[in-house]
Amino acid sequence: MTKQNANWSPYDNNGGTCVAIAGADYCVIAADTRMSTGYSILTRDYSKICKLADKCVMASSGFQADVKALQKQLAARHLIYQHQHNKQVSCPAMAQLLSNTLYYKRFFPYYSFNVLGGLDNEGKGCVYTYDAVGSYERVGYSSQGSGSTLIMPFLDNQLKSPSPLLLPAQDAVTPLSESEAVDLVKTCFASATERDIYTGDKLEIVVLNKEGLHREYMELRKD
Amino acid sequence: MKLDTSGLESTAPHFGTSCELFSGFSAAPSFDLPVTTDFDGFQKESIQMVKPAKGTTTLAFIFKEGVIVAADSRASMGGYISSQSVKKIIEINPYMLGTMAGGAADCQFWHRNLGIKCRLHELANKRRISVTGASKLLANILYSYRGMGLSVGTMIAGWDETGPGLYYVDSEGGRLKGTRFSVGSGSPYAYGVLDSGYLISYNTCIRYKYDLSVEEAAELAKRSIYHATFRDGASGGVASVYHVGPNGWKKLSGDDVGELYYQYNPVSTSTVEQEMAESSST
Repeated sequence: MTKQNANWSPYDNNGGTCVAIAGADYCVIAADTRMSTGYSILTRDYSKICKLADKCVMASSGFQADVKALQKQLAARHLIYQHQHNKQVSCPAMAQLLSNTLYYKRFFPYYSFNVLGGLDNEGKGCVYTYDAVGSYERVGYSSQGSGSTLIMPFLDNQLKSPSPLLLPAQDAVTPLSESEAVDLVKTCFASATERDIYTGDKLEIVVLNKEGLHREYMELRKD
Repeated sequence: MKLDTSGLESTAPHFGTSCELFSGFSAAPSFDLPVTTDFDGFQKESIQMVKPAKGTTTLAFIFKEGVIVAADSRASMGGYISSQSVKKIIEINPYMLGTMAGGAADCQFWHRNLGIKCRLHELANKRRISVTGASKLLANILYSYRGMGLSVGTMIAGWDETGPGLYYVDSEGGRLKGTRFSVGSGSPYAYGVLDSGYLISYNTCIRYKYDLSVEEAAELAKRSIYHATFRDGASGGVASVYHVGPNGWKKLSGDDVGELYYQYNPVSTSTVEQEMAESSST
């Protein structure tokens, strides 16, 4: 049989950038709210951030339909977990669940690039970063999506933490206060918006700490 | 096309009745496959979109005191370094290590899967699985997915009832027993150092042989990784070295290769500066 629909693809790239920073007792997760396809902006106000559990938030960029499907799948799994165990799933457990969920679509991947932020069982901030097929790693800070190549070197420069692989181990906690981290994230996005066409319009910042979850917004360039 | 997912099922009998509510989330999940007549072409295109991590240096060798396993920690997507802190040595259980080369997700997922199988074997048979057995479990799973685009090049190293064990397993179905392997884009450089060694004085050379002490073996492994990161652009980050002995594995060192450069190449004052210092003192 000859190949049909040769130039049709099940995927689209809707762009967007996500950043997460873990602190000693907080976690900042941020993403812009622009959604585009090619050179067209589809909407200026679409949230990429999804609350998965009380102390677990996911920010995703890539293909919106796949992101939505992934969020629905995780929400369903979390609901079942709550019914079975009568508690919220912890952030490290959700991190591995997300890894497995992505890998089970290994041969037909979710086109989504995720960062997971939250608080671990000791109340420390944690950030997990993923590729599209489920390889994951716990880090101090991370950026994913269209502007990640602009933001990641800046974060490395500002808060390069010692590698967790070093022996003797060195303290890897981000040396920033919560308000400093929020300011840093705002600067990152303001800069990325200048050079990435898929980033802009509005920045949504979620801060997790022992008081709970707090959201704030900042306007970005709309051109 | 129907995929054989028996590799994902646990070998232990499943107790209790399965609940209707959770049928969509069963204990043995299966892989979603794209509806297409051109599976190969789809895999090729989709893997390009998600860009796998490639470029690695890993090595492992057996010697008198056990097995040494070492690796770098860089992950790159083309020219972009996506991480400098990847854990390429995967701790399967306290007596067994796996290394990661090729697709990061493929290695991570199947090693996690292997860890589950090894634990179940332990519970069913009241003794730890042999390295031979564990590597064969992995090789058989990878063989069942052959041709579907998995990318795994791994070494399984450990200590079992027969002593130290080392196997090389890859996604093409290969499984080799050996005493010395290096895998990844930096492997030619690592082999070069591992085989020819380095001079510790003008007439003493530490190179790979069976009769090495743990300290000598660890230093040899660290140098091999260091030199590979020096010449291979796709390798870098931190050189981690593990030792597996009769009492399980232990991490011996983790050094930033950027700092190792100055350890191996001490900054010496240039001759002009020395002469100036000498002339001013006289």
